Amino acid sequence: MNQAIDYYAILPEMILSGTILLVLVVDVFLRQKRKWLAMPLAFVGVLATLIATLTLIGEERSTFDGMFVVDAFAVLFKVFFLSVALIVLMVSLRYFRDGRFYQGEYYFLLLTSFLGCMLMPSSRDLLMLFISLELVSAPGFLIAAFRKADPRSNEAGIKFFLIGVLSTAVMLYGMSLVFGVTGSLNLSEIGQALSGTLPDGQEPLVLTAILFIVTGFAFKVSAVPFQFWAPDTYEGAPVPVAAFLATASKAAGFAGLLQVMFVAFPNQHEFWAPIFAALSIATMTIGNFIALQQRQVVRLLAYSSIAQAGYMLLPFALVSADAGLNQDAFAAAVTYILIYAIMTLGAFAVVIAMTRESRGLLIADFAGLGRRAPVLAVAMTVFMVSLAGIPPTGGFWAKFLVFKVAIEHGGIGVLLAVVMLVNSVVSLSYYLAVPKQMLFVEPEFDRPMRSPVLVTAVTVLTTVAIVAVGVWPELLAHFPPLSTLVGR
Amino acid sequence: MTWENSAITIATFLPLVGALVIALVPKEREETVRALGIVFTGAALVVAILIAGGFDYGGRSGLQFELDARWIPAISARYHVGIDGISLPLYVLTFALSFLCAVYTWRFVPKPGKTKAFLALTLILETGMAGTFIAFDLVLFFVFWELVLVPMYFLIGIWGSANREYAAIKFFLYTLFGSVFMLLGFLGMFFRSDVAGQHTFDILKLQEFAAGAGFSRGFQLVVFGAVGLGLAIKVPMWPFHTWLPDAHTEAPTVGSVLLAGILLKMGTYGFVRIALPILPDAAEVYAPWIGALAAIAIVYAALACLAQKDLKRLIAFSSVGHMGFVMLGIATLTPIGINAAIFGMVAHGIITGMLFFCVGSIYDRYHTREIAEIGGGLMLKLPYLGGVFAFVAIASLGLPGLAGFWGEVMALLSAFNPAGALNTNLFRVFMVAGGIGTILTAGYFLWMLQRVNMGTLPEKWKSESFSDMVAAEWVSWVPLLVAIVALGIFPRLVFGVTQEPVDALMHLFGG
Repeated sequence: MNQAIDYYAILPEMILSGTILLVLVVDVFLRQKRKWLAMPLAFVGVLATLIATLTLIGEERSTFDGMFVVDAFAVLFKVFFLSVALIVLMVSLRYFRDGRFYQGEYYFLLLTSFLGCMLMPSSRDLLMLFISLELVSAPGFLIAAFRKADPRSNEAGIKFFLIGVLSTAVMLYGMSLVFGVTGSLNLSEIGQALSGTLPDGQEPLVLTAILFIVTGFAFKVSAVPFQFWAPDTYEGAPVPVAAFLATASKAAGFAGLLQVMFVAFPNQHEFWAPIFAALSIATMTIGNFIALQQRQVVRLLAYSSIAQAGYMLLPFALVSADAGLNQDAFAAAVTYILIYAIMTLGAFAVVIAMTRESRGLLIADFAGLGRRAPVLAVAMTVFMVSLAGIPPTGGFWAKFLVFKVAIEHGGIGVLLAVVMLVNSVVSLSYYLAVPKQMLFVEPEFDRPMRSPVLVTAVTVLTTVAIVAVGVWPELLAHFPPLSTLVGR
Repeated sequence: MTWENSAITIATFLPLVGALVIALVPKEREETVRALGIVFTGAALVVAILIAGGFDYGGRSGLQFELDARWIPAISARYHVGIDGISLPLYVLTFALSFLCAVYTWRFVPKPGKTKAFLALTLILETGMAGTFIAFDLVLFFVFWELVLVPMYFLIGIWGSANREYAAIKFFLYTLFGSVFMLLGFLGMFFRSDVAGQHTFDILKLQEFAAGAGFSRGFQLVVFGAVGLGLAIKVPMWPFHTWLPDAHTEAPTVGSVLLAGILLKMGTYGFVRIALPILPDAAEVYAPWIGALAAIAIVYAALACLAQKDLKRLIAFSSVGHMGFVMLGIATLTPIGINAAIFGMVAHGIITGMLFFCVGSIYDRYHTREIAEIGGGLMLKLPYLGGVFAFVAIASLGLPGLAGFWGEVMALLSAFNPAGALNTNLFRVFMVAGGIGTILTAGYFLWMLQRVNMGTLPEKWKSESFSDMVAAEWVSWVPLLVAIVALGIFPRLVFGVTQEPVDALMHLFGG
């Protein structure tokens, strides 16, 4: 434990922490009219963090006695989280400035959440994992309830809080059992300890622990039957916060889940792979079928995000004794999460642009947007088509990779693939509901809709990214090999 | 990059570039937009014609204008495109019809206008259709295959007639449902293929593999089911045809022309290019069933046509029957049958495309498609339009000397003597059913002409001043009319190109 701290490895986190404190302090000295300056400040800080992270590409570092690791997997997710942070900041500015919120506090809390996200993929230790997860969630409870005047926002915050605490408690209990059996908190050490035949009576204990931990994460990623908080929370929260919850927060949950399942418990796959199969099928099917009923666009996106979580859980169900296959499954899950986040962020950006015109954010309010704001309408169409997984968009390749691993796996994989593709077809009918309103229906009034510059920039950026990945998926393969975690 | 290996890429993606350019033109400049549509489809057609001109018709087997480039190494998918005698007629047809549609749009933009979006979507559609016929990698094929769905959905949904939203979503969901199963089948083929120790998506390599070791019989049966479902929905084979009458009827004229003219052929082309050669054992097992469904389709569609009150819906149902002849030819697994099928595809593309043009123009004058409301006398009111309509209808019923004849008669001929492994008597039954179908087809087309073209003009139309065929119609239709006659008289125009590659393909079935 007397090892020196590798400051270079934690440089991005330190910069981000500095920014967080700076935002909080500076906010105190800004006049009400200037409060929005917290956003550019935060933006610059995140940008600096991103640059620091980019210098870590290709590094293999480990510090705090192996609790904190920098490798290709961690850097990939960090770059991703920081990009999401930039986007969420961009779409937040107008929303929070116009809406008379506490801006400084919001940016402070948001960045703190992102600090948790940053730590997550580097955590190779149960304790660390727990802390990062809490760091993601705790500020989230607050910003979800930021629309104080609206009871639905209060409901959003309190629901999110209660569920969050409950899930953490369950997860923590599971972790304590694992520690009791293996005597270690380090993920790879746990993996080794659990690789042989366990002494009598310990097997059920370990399996119970896994069940608890999976349940905890299932809440975080809003898998059925632990999904019910998500639509209410997304709907009640400020829209940029919902965007954050649906993308970064969810991806953080998946990053943690990937590490735990693939590093600590790969040898128990015979036990947990079927659990994931059931979770996956239930999540995608129920998410999709409830989404069909939605009239409000944030709720639609919420159920869509649940259904999509089902697709992301599918590769977990394909884990087997075959290391090569596991790598493919792992890569498929990671790719899916990244592409999903881009599409969803884009869709939320369009919704944020709509908030200036429509309080209720009903799908019907999008009527005639094709005439009033062609750029937004085309972008939204691309996101919806991509979420449904139609080529040539990024969403297709995300699904394609999952299908591919499932077929490669054979057996139950084929069954899962069939369920998933039937679901994808079903999902198309609600994803198309929005473009249908925008393009098939004439607007009530012809006045062009103006959207904030930054929001338009985000939609254009994400659209280009989605189409670029769709046409040239090799872009994703240029990421550092994703096998570093599973290969060990 | 040489002309030889980039020509078909240029032709295929030129429309997509056109779509982007059109998207950037301000929408007030209506004329420019329409002109750009013609320019880009025209330029693509010119490139396609140059390809057809540079095509080596003399015995050289294999792909021409081939390009096999790196695309997505991570999943072993390659950008492998090329053209052979089977692709060429359909490829050229795609560009020709798209160009003529753009010309037609110069004068006829369906409600509610938005010419810019209309042409941009048509151009994206063109790239998707053309790409399908030249892709020799399953993943690439699938991407092009799916690329047509989104533009067609919007073409139907925005510019369609009364029931458009229902028709659009039905079209999209139905075809998507089939194609995702096809994708699973492709993935299955990939993982079971073994070409020099490697899995592959390459269609040619898979064909070679099938000719050698091949997939196990049981596997073939499953995968043929999955892939065949996707293709059959697109064709559409009876009983998966129910999306077609809605989509074709509700779509704007240009949409119907391209749907009937090209999109349906993607399904039958897929059978010839992928399902049969890669899964030959399964093809022999499924062939009688396909033949039976084809025979049912022919008779059923003819009967359904007799019952239609809506002119456009009648033409749409006639497509089901004609595609039945194409599928019957394919099901015989003989060179004659496949040649007939490809000829049938081209002929149907031209004739039915033309029929939809006519119906669109009739609607443009009368603002109704109800046969009873039109009430006859078209020849009196609009002699040129009526004449063209009669001519094309007669071509469609398979009159010898016109393009519709060869595909049908040779499909029936091939059913008389199907491939060795198939039950000859069974196929002769199909042939008889098909024969009855031809008679019924003649029946409903002639009855239609009797009700629409002949007779006296109803009172209510007498005072209306309709313009007969206008310049845009002349320009966009004459090439098709010429083609109908030319193919009828010189069927070798198509057979000469297809015969050799079809023979090569058929070696898989033991000659």
